[in-house]
Amino acid sequence: MSHKPRLAVFKFASCDGCQLSLVALEDELLALAERIDVAYFLEASSRVEPGPYDVALVEGSITTPEDAQRIRQIRRDSRFLVTIGACATAGGIQALRNWADSAEFLRAVYASPEYIHSLATSTPISSHVPVDFELRGCPINKQQLLEVLVSLLGGRRPRTPVHSVCLQCKRRGTVCVTVAQGIPCLGPVTHDGCGAICPSYNRGCYGCYGPCEQPNLESLSDQCQVIGVSRETLVRSLRNSFNGYAPEFRAESDRLAGEEQ
Amino acid sequence: MKAVARPRNSPQSETLLLAKQDFQAFLDQLWQGGYRVVGPTIAQQAIVYDEIRRVEDLPRGWTDEQSGGQYRLTRRDDEAWFGFVVGPHSPKRYFFPPQVAVTQADRTSNGWQFSEVPDQEPPYALLGVRACELAAIAVQDRTFINEQYVDPIYRRRRERALIVAVNCTQAASTCFCTSMNTGPRCTQGFDLALTELPDSFTVEVGSERGADVLSSLPVTRAAPGSLLAAEAARQQAVDQITKGLDTKDIRDLLLSNLEHPRWDEVATRCLSCTNCTMVCPTCFCSSVKEVSDLTGDHVQREREWDTCFNWDFSYMNGGIVRNQIRSRYRQWLTHKLASWIDQFGVSGCVGCGRCITWCPVAIDLTEEVAAIRENPA
Ligand code: SF4
Ligand code: SF4
Ligand code: SF4
Repeated sequence: MSHKPRLAVFKFASCDGCQLSLVALEDELLALAERIDVAYFLEASSRVEPGPYDVALVEGSITTPEDAQRIRQIRRDSRFLVTIGACATAGGIQALRNWADSAEFLRAVYASPEYIHSLATSTPISSHVPVDFELRGCPINKQQLLEVLVSLLGGRRPRTPVHSVCLQCKRRGTVCVTVAQGIPCLGPVTHDGCGAICPSYNRGCYGCYGPCEQPNLESLSDQCQVIGVSRETLVRSLRNSFNGYAPEFRAESDRLAGEEQ
Repeated sequence: MKAVARPRNSPQSETLLLAKQDFQAFLDQLWQGGYRVVGPTIAQQAIVYDEIRRVEDLPRGWTDEQSGGQYRLTRRDDEAWFGFVVGPHSPKRYFFPPQVAVTQADRTSNGWQFSEVPDQEPPYALLGVRACELAAIAVQDRTFINEQYVDPIYRRRRERALIVAVNCTQAASTCFCTSMNTGPRCTQGFDLALTELPDSFTVEVGSERGADVLSSLPVTRAAPGSLLAAEAARQQAVDQITKGLDTKDIRDLLLSNLEHPRWDEVATRCLSCTNCTMVCPTCFCSSVKEVSDLTGDHVQREREWDTCFNWDFSYMNGGIVRNQIRSRYRQWLTHKLASWIDQFGVSGCVGCGRCITWCPVAIDLTEEVAAIRENPA
């Protein structure tokens, strides 16, 4: 590239944690700034440059009619669009509304709900525009974010693993919490990226990085029930995983909820 | 096929006795000799391998109860030091580390300069290695230090290691070493082999290196009473083994049943989570990736454990070859028990039972083989 690649960072419905990962790359930040022109990043700088952008990092899910329009313009302005985090890639924890009556939530939370114009659903960016690369996680792993940026600068596809959390759990020598302690764990059906942190603290995986490739959720549900986890708890664990609306997790929680009735 | 370079078969015929009260001196001797002593210890409710500096680090008075998909650490009613079976770790992680840098390159004004990443690990003394693990090491030797292809990291670590084996005095419901002819008795591949008695260990010496370690310790010749007691203790393990795998014509059985409906059935249960291959002491697969820094001037090649259960492990030009759980499970089982024999002249399974215990959904390879044998195509 003859010019420095222009980077933009956009936010939709989200907590800002994922974009902060960029700022948290303290050791690499200066070197990054030398190679990238940060043209739009409201969280870090008041400088606002118009598009087009070479790379757009998009955080958050689509929850309002305005956002559904704004993402289209961002897509038109961006050569390579990368969604970051569980909200942008799967709808986030706010997608719990997709199983509920959002109008009722509005009435319960806001004194004057008539001023709130939100959609009845929270959906991932990919439901609205084509996405070039999805970086998973709640929050994303900053080393993986760096890998995405370095690879785009180098003109290659980012390399982030697609394997289960279990693989990394075993590499690091963690003892399986399900087998040794009977603690339910979403690791076998969840995409690695965190480095299998929770099991190393004797907690089951919460599914923060969403479904791995070809997850066998039915078998895991069956086994969880063998070790005494109720269907209701399973439905809740899948939906509260920050990735509950990801197609595979959604299908399984719906199947289990259907069986319950 | 070449054996490990150093002589292993100069066993001293006489069995010795080492009192438990001298075991700390034995550990001290190993550390002073420059070894990093790795052996069984308790972490996260299981008996794993880690550094052992003091006898207090050993799981004295603890045992394990294992079955398909379940492992429980429980208290013994005696104070045995090695009164358990095998845990989730195995010697594999020391000779074939899970994540390691294998080479590196720097961009200089004269082009790319390649250099080795020196392996800094001190020699290991592996303490408490069981017969099935000795067999597994011999299986991995065929992969990593065979005539044509030598893995330098494995070779260096393997050749410098001291192996202090321990004979099993009990078995888990998942053990089937007797079917695979790998145990429970330690017969070869060790420098020293211990059998635990209430106040002492009988010690068989398997190499000069093993004899050297003992030279400054107060070992005595084991009296006939101790030898008999040790034999009885070892027999308990044999007597407790309940699981079996019928290995008769197993290669042909599996390879002539590649379309058996059982593969579809097991695929409904298998999570393709990779745990069985990660805990298996003979599985040797890895993948390498190039990792560059931000400037692109320094590149490191990193090797990580990988496995045939990983969805993109069979990725090739054109796509993923084993794109279903069915084909991945079949690949694993037929390699382990059948085509491994074509490739290396031995089975890839030593009967340790780890893949059964550590499978979150309790899939048991001996049951899968039995189902196919019962109803072959
Ligand atoms: S603790 Fe969870 S992530 Fe780790 S091996 Fe067990 S099931 Fe997999
Ligand atoms: S056999 Fe068990 S441990 Fe192995 S991949 Fe399948 S579910 Fe995981
Ligand atoms: S296949 Fe299973 S029983 Fe056989 S050596 Fe591997 S982990 Fe042990």
